[in-house]
Amino acid sequence: MIASYAITEAPLLRYLYADALSTYPKLRDTMFRDRAAQFKGRLGWDVHVNRAGEERDEYDLMNPLYVIWQQPDGSHGGSMRFLPTLGRTMVNDHFSDLSDGQNIESPLIWECTRFCLAPGAAAKVSGALMLGGLELGLGHHLTHAVGVFDHRMVRVYRRLGWGPTVMGSTGQGRDAISVGLWEFTPVIRTGLLQRTGIGRDVSRHWYDRAFNACKSA
Amino acid sequence: MVCRRCLNIWMTQPWLQRLSWPIRAEESGIRPSGTSRRLEGLIDTIHQAQTLEELQAVIISLRDLYEVEHLIYHSVNSTGQQYAALTYDPTWVEKYTADRFERIDPVVQGCYQRFNPVDWKQLDWSTKSSREFLEEARTAGVGNQGLSVPIRGPSGQFALFTVNHRCDDPAWRKFSRHSVQELLLVAHYVNQKALELERGTDVVPGQPLSPRETDALTMLALGYSRARAAERLNISEHTLRVYIEGARFKLGALNTTHAVARALVKGLLVV
Repeated sequence: MIASYAITEAPLLRYLYADALSTYPKLRDTMFRDRAAQFKGRLGWDVHVNRAGEERDEYDLMNPLYVIWQQPDGSHGGSMRFLPTLGRTMVNDHFSDLSDGQNIESPLIWECTRFCLAPGAAAKVSGALMLGGLELGLGHHLTHAVGVFDHRMVRVYRRLGWGPTVMGSTGQGRDAISVGLWEFTPVIRTGLLQRTGIGRDVSRHWYDRAFNACKSA
Repeated sequence: MVCRRCLNIWMTQPWLQRLSWPIRAEESGIRPSGTSRRLEGLIDTIHQAQTLEELQAVIISLRDLYEVEHLIYHSVNSTGQQYAALTYDPTWVEKYTADRFERIDPVVQGCYQRFNPVDWKQLDWSTKSSREFLEEARTAGVGNQGLSVPIRGPSGQFALFTVNHRCDDPAWRKFSRHSVQELLLVAHYVNQKALELERGTDVVPGQPLSPRETDALTMLALGYSRARAAERLNISEHTLRVYIEGARFKLGALNTTHAVARALVKGLLVV
């Protein structure tokens, strides 16, 4: 019991489908508000922010899978969003010119978008999110993630030890948006665990409680 | 059951074998060697199926190939029409349909709106109705282990591709770890075929390969390594792999070798 008490109080990674977000209203609301602050505010992307100050788009309505860093107070520390590339994706709908006119579609490739950090998030959060993305891909036997991101993030991703292969970019300087690929390979895990100070067992526990929890009595 | 033309290419083009992705299950001795080749043949049979009965026959062959108790493909489209190809006892299927068990079946409830493969252990079997359902299913010969691949199709179509087996947990873990990736592919190929057959004569042709995908496969067909092919095409090896991945899926292939073979058979590559 002590262990489970400690785990609920500590910050943690959650893997949640959109239809499960209502279980964590604070986490949900702060995530969409932090997305507004990052994509509209800091990056100046052409995204829609609703009256509640939340950035939500059509892909949030397709029941995507979010990887979310939850702060000890239950609020959002950072997140990203996954969708299967056999359905509609941002990359194929809007950015296929960046991948040579090529639609990226495979049951073994998921799209990752809206990599977001809460204002003032701790340094380790971006690494923890990368770790979550890696666990998600390895756990589901995927080969790659394809993502759309602010080009300046390439440096951040590389520094964290898991840089994308950039397929193409549009815009200049501050406005540059890129499409890139991450390969799911287990060798990345050790580095991410070290950089974030997260233990292998803890990372596995977060993943298992989302995808391998034995719920039968 | 094996596509003769593909088999011919296999025999006459020994370089194709060098391209093959490691077949982990065979290397580790879990499956007899040659299983992947037989699976490629079965996938070709899926693509060639002209009727739902033929698809049903493939499902039975796949069950036999994997040496599992049952294999189930079940699709529901946006208007609620259902289609299934499966190996369950017909009496069980009849009872399931008549009693509308899909409303309490934890597999359907737990996989709907998801897109990650789901082991049945992850599902909530704790409610009274699902326990009773489980008991009935067991009596009807449904195994204790299951892995279901949810598929989100066009215009709200939803399908489930499930492998069901009776064995202990370690044996099941071993099986699913080694088979889940190819099951993901097979699930989508079966779904594509089922959708195509449902549309009847109004068949939508498969997507053509993009120029980049054709280039990538041509290089491999010419015997270039991935690194050399990427260099020749002036792209990174990762990007090349995604082109190959895209081509593999469009061609409905199990692995790179199979993709090259299928592209050659279809006359899509000039080598």
